[in-house]
Amino acid sequence: MANPLRAEVVRLYKNLLYLGREYPKGGDYFRDRLRAAFAKNKSVEDPEKIKEMIARGEYVARELEALYYLRKYRAMKKRNITNLTFGLLHIKILSLQ
Amino acid sequence: MSGRVLVGVKRVIDYAVKIRVKPDNSGVVTDGVKHSMNPFCEIAVEEAVKLKEKKLIKEVVAVSCGPQQAQETIRTALAMGADRGIHVQVTGKDYETLGPLQVSKILAALAKKEDAQLIILGKQAIDDDCNQTGQMTAALLDWPQGTFASEVSMEGDKLKVVREIDGGLEMIKINTPAVVSADLRLNTPRYATLPNIMKAKKKKIANVNPADLGVDLTSRVEILRVDEPPQRQAGVKVETVDDLVGKLKDTGRI
Repeated sequence: MANPLRAEVVRLYKNLLYLGREYPKGGDYFRDRLRAAFAKNKSVEDPEKIKEMIARGEYVARELEALYYLRKYRAMKKRNITNLTFGLLHIKILSLQ
Repeated sequence: MSGRVLVGVKRVIDYAVKIRVKPDNSGVVTDGVKHSMNPFCEIAVEEAVKLKEKKLIKEVVAVSCGPQQAQETIRTALAMGADRGIHVQVTGKDYETLGPLQVSKILAALAKKEDAQLIILGKQAIDDDCNQTGQMTAALLDWPQGTFASEVSMEGDKLKVVREIDGGLEMIKINTPAVVSADLRLNTPRYATLPNIMKAKKKKIANVNPADLGVDLTSRVEILRVDEPPQRQAGVKVETVDDLVGKLKDTGRI
């Protein structure tokens, strides 16, 4: 019935809670909305609907991972100016003089 | 080629944290500050795990040098797919002066001890930006190196590495055993999710002393002073071109 799915739901919730700690708007912000979202669907019985919602939750988890990765990648890219960039800047400055 | 890959991972202040200099200018504030694995080390771990998933290597060993907290970084590597960890215990003054030279000596000794076929490191750490450890390790072991790797593939027992260099990409073929240092575009590291972290708790982390490896940790470098970069001056807006020329003349530019 809903019982084997219960473990999956709990696992999803814990995973999202863990992922949400680094949310840009704050871990608390994310946690409050996570709890609200899960509480709202507390009384759903239909296993098909539950599976659908679990899939949606897993999608959110993947979106969070992508968000974190892009943020980190863009920060690293911005900081790691290579010799080539300096070289181009140097040429540009020389050409302005 | 089957065998063991050593991946070096470094615990650094998290990339998103605002760095503050200590009031006595002796260093940077690290107490109570969020730390995490160096982003380039994450890329290195991901590459090693990918090689294992392709069945090109048998075992991924994550290595970190530092105090007790370095174990957290090793745990993250284990959660990403490394098989076991080695924690080289370095504490106190030794840890403050630990630099690429000492770490590369440690890695070289471990590579021989563990009979590693490949060492993958991040190209540089975001706290010191040295970009030296990979190169030094290769030199100490007299192994070929593929640095700034944006692509790594195996062809028989040779390694094909595409390097990001000034002016573009360079493809080289090197023998194994070798040292590779990972650049930003090598891969997209996977996130260490909670289930994987739980599974990784069962994996072993061995404790090792640098003295046991016969490594001398004395530093040849002494940090004299640490300062914040100069504050960026606000720009000035001008109304007309004449104003601009006037301002440039004032400041002696023209």
